[in-house]
Formats: sequence, C-alpha cells, structure tokens
Amino acid sequence: MDLEIQQRIIDLTEKYGASNVVVMLGGAEAEASGIAAETVTNGDPTFAGPLAGVPLGLAVYHIVEPEVKEAVDPGVYDEQVGMMEMVLDVDAISKEVKKYRDQYSKYTA
Amino acid sequence: MNNPVISGAGYILVHVPNIMMEAGTTQLLEKDNAKSDYYQKAFEHIRDFESALAYAPNQVYIGNITPDELNNVERPWYENLLKDPKRFGPFGEILPEDEFFGLMASSDSFDLVVLEEGFSKEIKDKLSNHPLMTEEELGRIKTGAKIQTIEELVYEHDAIPLRYNNQIVGCVKKAHDRDENLNAHTMLENTATKASAYLALKHMIKNAQIAAQDIDYIIECSEEACGDMNQRGGGNFAKAIGELANCSNATGADIRGFCAAPAHAIVNAAALVSAGIFKKVAVVAGGAVAKLGMNGRDHVHKGLPLLEDMLGGFALLIGENDGKNPVIRTETIGRHTIGTGSSPQAVIQSIVYDPLDKLGYKAEDIDKFAPELQNPEITESAGAGNVPEANYKMIAALAVRRGEIERADMTSFVEEHGMPGFAPTQGHIPSGVPYVGFARDAILQGKMKKVMIIGKGSLFLGRMTNQFDGISFIMEKNPGITQKAAKPAEDVSKYLAEAFREFADYLKTRGESDGSQ
Repeated sequence: MDLEIQQRIIDLTEKYGASNVVVMLGGAEAEASGIAAETVTNGDPTFAGPLAGVPLGLAVYHIVEPEVKEAVDPGVYDEQVGMMEMVLDVDAISKEVKKYRDQYSKYTA
Repeated sequence: MNNPVISGAGYILVHVPNIMMEAGTTQLLEKDNAKSDYYQKAFEHIRDFESALAYAPNQVYIGNITPDELNNVERPWYENLLKDPKRFGPFGEILPEDEFFGLMASSDSFDLVVLEEGFSKEIKDKLSNHPLMTEEELGRIKTGAKIQTIEELVYEHDAIPLRYNNQIVGCVKKAHDRDENLNAHTMLENTATKASAYLALKHMIKNAQIAAQDIDYIIECSEEACGDMNQRGGGNFAKAIGELANCSNATGADIRGFCAAPAHAIVNAAALVSAGIFKKVAVVAGGAVAKLGMNGRDHVHKGLPLLEDMLGGFALLIGENDGKNPVIRTETIGRHTIGTGSSPQAVIQSIVYDPLDKLGYKAEDIDKFAPELQNPEITESAGAGNVPEANYKMIAALAVRRGEIERADMTSFVEEHGMPGFAPTQGHIPSGVPYVGFARDAILQGKMKKVMIIGKGSLFLGRMTNQFDGISFIMEKNPGITQKAAKPAEDVSKYLAEAFREFADYLKTRGESDGSQ
C-alpha cells in the first residue's frame, strides 16, 4: 500500500476514532487486496510505511464483497461496479480480504 | 474524407542497469533505508545486455516479432530467452549503456556530461560504426577528462557518476548550485530523456524515408520536466531534440498528460495537419530514468531479474493524407471528459464506445485495441496484475452489457481483439503508442482495417486533481484520396452565337429606330 495512503489512514483514524473508520478497497488483484487489508488491520507487512508494526484493527472490505453489495442501492451498484464484477475474480478477492478481516479486525462496519 | 495519416514510426530501447541503480527512484529511496537490504541484494538481480536483448518483449518493442507472436513464447519470458536476438529491428534498436553514455555526451549542450578521456575515445570509435551516427554527431563528443577530475566532480561537487563494468567512466554535473531543478540528478534525467528521444527520432526519420528538414513541427510528450526554479517544467524538450536531429525547419513544444500524453500529442498533431498549419508533425518521447527499477523490491523479493532496466523511446510522423498510409479518424476522438466520472464503465464507455457509436461501429469491428500495454511479467509480480488483459476484459464486459457479444464469448473476444503487453513500465511509453507501428504495418499489408489506440493517465499522482484521464483515436485503412470530378467544360459556342445574334438584332433595331442605315 502506498506510503502516503498509509499516513492518511493513520490521520483519519486519529481524527474519527478507529471504531468509526471503515476501509473500502478497490484493487483489481486478490493478493494486493489482501496485503492492503493486512496493512490496515495488522500493520504493513512490508515494513516500508508508517503502518509498519501498527495494528489498527480497522474494519476493511473490498467493494465487490457481498456485504458491501447488499448495503448499496442496487441501481447505483450496477452503474458503478456492475462491469467490474464481470471482470474481477470476485471470489478470490473476497476470500483474501475476509481472511485478514476475520483474523485482525477489531471493529465491524 | 481527407484525414491525416501516420506515415512513419521509430521505437528504441536502451539497456541502462547502472543508471537504474544510481538514479531510479526506488533505488534512491532504498539506498539509505537502514531497515532494508534491498539495495545490496538488487545488484545480484541485474541483467546483462545479452539477456536484455534476448528478452522477447524487448524484441517485440523494436518490431522483430509481433505482439501476437509473443503469445507463442513460453513464460516466464526472462527464462525463455530468444535464441537469435537482433540489436536492430524494423522500428529501431536496443542500445547498450556504454554507447548511450556516448549519445548523452553528443546530446549535451551545456558541458554537463563529462566522460573519462579513455572511455570517450573508445565510445566514439564504437559509435562511429553506428549506422545512423554522422560525423557531426560524433564530433560533439568531447575529448573527455582525466579520471581524477571526474572523481573530484562526483565526490566534491555533487555530480552523478556514470558507471560501466564497475568503474566510473564519466559523470553528469549539476547546472546550478542551489536550484534542485538543475541539480545533477535532474540533469541526468533530462539528458537521458533528450538523448533517447533523439535516437528514436533518428530511426523514425530513416524509416519514414524523409529528410530531417522535412519536419515542420515537433511535439514532445514524455513525463520529465525541464526548466529552472522560476519555471519548473517550462520546456522545451521538443526543440532540443529536433536541434540534435538537425530538424532545422521545425519548431515545437511539449505536451504533458502523464501516461496519456502520447495519445494527446498524436491528436494534437493530427489537428495541426488537418488544419493545414503544418504538413509533417513528429511526436516524440524519450525514457524515464525515475521509473527504472520501480518495482525492484518485488522483483528481488520474488527472485526475478530487475526487468525495469530499459529506457523506452518512440517517434511517430503525422502527415497529410497521401492516399496510402492509415488515416487517423479525426471525426471521432474518444475522451474522458471532466464530467465523465471515474467508474470503470463510465471510463470505458467514454474512451472506447462513444467514438465507436459515432461512426456506427461495434467493438468487434475493431481488429485490435491498444490500451495500456505494460509487460505483465513486470506488473504481475508487483501485485498490479496483467494490465492490458484487465483493459481487454473491461472492453469485453461492456460489450456484453451493451448486447454486442455474449458473455460466453468474452474470453475469445479478449484473445482476438487484444494482445499481450510488451512495453517497459516507462509511464508514458506503454499507453497505446507502442502498437502504432505494428498497426500501421498490418493495415498497409491489408491484414487489418481498424485499430483503436487508447491513452490513459492517472492524474492524482500530481496531487492537483483526482480526475482520471483518457483519450483514444482510431487508425483506419486509407480509402484513397477522393478527387472531386472536374466539371466538364461546357460548350460556350452556342452562347456566343446567341449573343452575336442578339447583338445583330440590336444593331438592326437601332438602325430602324433612329433612321440610320
């Protein structure tokens, strides 16, 4: 995850409180999405950014996960995400993000 | 239809592992990172020139094999090197680093590139065998300096060393004491851009069979900024590059737009030609030093060679309709407008489908789409996936939603209308333009009729806007110049006879009325 984005997540968490922050991912790859989920829950696994060794435990979802789809107006979701649902490996992405959410998230959406 | 045409193309790569280790952004950030051993490990992952030459995607870039033929080379391509690689190809060449240092010295207008005297002589001799180097260009490479002088410049005056075979063979000096826009690092970046673009332009001029003096205007579209602290990015690379290539009748300017800049530049060039302002416009770009080794951390971590060791450059010629070369369909330019929005389907609709709709075309009417053509071997290992494939899937998915193809046909659509990525991750270089040369050849040979070139850019990187960007155009088989049939000259004798008759009657009448005879 981009080092500057990591800092922005720290800043937003400090401002609003960890229980009030939900991270929404939009990456196209399962592996990269998993790394991002791990970064905002258990800390940066690459030890390159400001979240290295900082387990924020935030709630984290990918936009294609069923929990998100159910929470969004179907028309809006279809317009904004419908095409990408056909393109992305939704199952692999969902599985990877859920793995880190179940393991390290201390908060829920 | 009297559209402008694409009448020439040149593509070059330069293998620069030493510049990558000295000045690539990732290496610069990691060099002093006490928590990381990446920089030390990276040296073990450097490729030699022969491996870079035999790397199949590089041979595609200079035109020795086609993108479709790359599908027949087993992956990983870095382990399945080609057996008989060529340095030169139909579009250009792959230049080794030592010769590039000579080219940088020949490109230097302010005595900032200093070569060691022995190396300078050696490289001048070597470059004298280069088919495109002239005596004048060789003459611009100066005698050089003693190694002690160069070491003093590097260790005491902030110059960036140029290394070859583990030795310092030269340096790039700073052009100002306090202005970071003119420091040695920036001068190295900008000189490398200028020199690589200059090489691409020379190849294009040769390939298009024109004289350098025939070019009226040059648009440069790389990602570097040349200027000083009072006008960072003020320009003008275009004239600097044209000056080197002896384009004495041209002027020019730079266009920026991140990765989409080349497509913007081609559209601008097409407009200048269509309007009759200029007859021949060259669109050129050199390589990006900053992006060398950009994903090196992942490549080293996963045991790959440092594949981002190539500078890329290209040059294209946009000219008046000659009735032969593929036309640019200027009537329909795809564009991501400020109001388009950033959802992927809005983006694909605006860039791909709106221009097709305007001409009544369907997605399947386009033989090949050329979106972002990054080499997947570089991006997949860095967690960014297969970028061109993702683009093709998006185009196919929207075709399904529009009812143009069946969902079951998405895979075959991607295979038929797509291609594997083969371009180095040099920012502006991969975005559509690497295929223009192939598209031109295929259309000229009658193998294709329509190709869409797509430029896309991530503008948020400049922190001025979160807007996305994209622009596209269609290259199409030239239908020939339609001459308006000349109106046949009418027989005027009958009108003359009638006029004479009327005049005779008039004279007769006048004589009768005034009594004269």
